[in-house]
Amino acid sequence: MNLTLKVWRQNSAKEAGNLVSYPVKDISEDMSFLEMFDVLNEQLITKGEVPIAFDHDCREGICGMCSMFINGRPHGPKQGVTTCQLHMRSFKDGDTIVVEPWRAKAFPVVKDLVVDRSAFDRIIASGGFISVNAGNAQDANNIPIPKPDADKAFDAAACIGCGACVATCKNSSAMLFVSAKVSQLALLPQGKIEATMRVKEMVAQMDKEGFGNCSNTGACEIECPKGISLENIARMNREFYSANITE
Amino acid sequence: MGITGLFLVTFLIVHCGINACIFFNDGGVTFNAAAEFMATNLFIRIMEYVLFIGIVVHIVQALVLTLHNNKARPVKYAMNNGAANSKWYSRWMGLLGTLILMFLIIHLDHFWLKTRFTGLDQHTLFDQMKSSFSHLWVVLIYCAGMVSLSYHLMHGVQAAFQTLGWNHKKYTPFVKKAGFVFSIVVPFIFALMPIFMYAGWIK
Ligand code: HEM
Ligand code: SF4
Ligand code: FES
Repeated sequence: MNLTLKVWRQNSAKEAGNLVSYPVKDISEDMSFLEMFDVLNEQLITKGEVPIAFDHDCREGICGMCSMFINGRPHGPKQGVTTCQLHMRSFKDGDTIVVEPWRAKAFPVVKDLVVDRSAFDRIIASGGFISVNAGNAQDANNIPIPKPDADKAFDAAACIGCGACVATCKNSSAMLFVSAKVSQLALLPQGKIEATMRVKEMVAQMDKEGFGNCSNTGACEIECPKGISLENIARMNREFYSANITE
Repeated sequence: MGITGLFLVTFLIVHCGINACIFFNDGGVTFNAAAEFMATNLFIRIMEYVLFIGIVVHIVQALVLTLHNNKARPVKYAMNNGAANSKWYSRWMGLLGTLILMFLIIHLDHFWLKTRFTGLDQHTLFDQMKSSFSHLWVVLIYCAGMVSLSYHLMHGVQAAFQTLGWNHKKYTPFVKKAGFVFSIVVPFIFALMPIFMYAGWIK
């Protein structure tokens, strides 16, 4: 298939960027979106131009690196997939595809489609951990945990920190990400000990990073490749209010 | 936002209930009695101030929220398909709220300023309603105001529950349905008042 790509090119954080058109030819329907970018970059290199910088790593939907805002949606038109899991058969021959980086004050552009998501790391570092020694693998079985709680914690733990929730949110709010990280630990006995401190610190760090406020449009839940539920945001709100009331 | 929003919702229920008294179609006897009770009851008098504070706080919160959220994305997307993942009215709450505010100003000028300050002289609130709603443009503005209110609440009611952390596998589907029905029914009853009056169906 032949396509026209309009890709955001920006040399560095300080310089201004713009959308540049690139024709790509003979793309296989079975290629992933990133493989299509590899083809384009090979073309650019052969022509002596600078290839397009984009983030990727595992290319199997588990690392969360492949941030691309494709035709107005994070990770493109399909629900429940990352960009590396998106295939070219989701597009039609002759399509024009607009590709932009995640846009948020807290995710500044580094180069082209690469953004700096270290704000997420700082949020995790502010409270997304437990300080008790949880022992070795078999010790985990000594603490019985109700199946429904274990399931909810596991679902929340599926978050890969990709930032699609922030990218799509009209307010650039990081509530889905932070609430997944808060919930994952708050639901388990090992995480309960530091629960109050955790939610306060993580919310404070989230605000400090310049993310917007949640207004419950629900866009994040639809676009999240891992199906993280809005229930987590409500849970974090509860945790946050009770943490502020008790202390 | 959630607390002030839900507080305003409770006001809507009372206000709608009182005003619906005109549908008794008894020349406004029941309605005027209810209005008279509201105008003289000390608790209601105090609640009127609380209500105004509630509206002002809600608007201030809305402004702070909107300004802050606009700053969180300094460079906008060239292409952003918001319709793919959220309802338009959830993204336009600020605009819908502003339309409601414009309606409120006209509304308060019609009924509240005249009853509290300039005085109604001989005629009653019911007469005031009848004369206000004898103009087509007033009826149209009221209907437009109620459409804005309806969409504002369609997102707002269920959103407020989520903001306050009241999300539950069993109850949330019910809250969403009830919020949806509420946001249609209450503005609809309100809108029927000017329409019925204009049409002359209420004597
Ligand atoms: C007077 C002008 C008004 C303005 C400017 C206004 C503005 C807003 C804004 C900007 C929001 C936040 C929307 C968002 O989540 O993005 C909001 C939420 C809300 N509003 Fe209003 N509003 C007004 C009147 C009302 C009235 C009259 C009611 C009810 C009778 C109401 C009920 C609500 C509710 C329940 C919410 C949801 C709160 C939440 O998300 O937690 N508003 N309003
Ligand atoms: S919540 Fe979903 S969209 Fe947000 S960072 Fe985690 S995996 Fe990505
Ligand atoms: S490259 Fe790892 S999730 Fe896409």
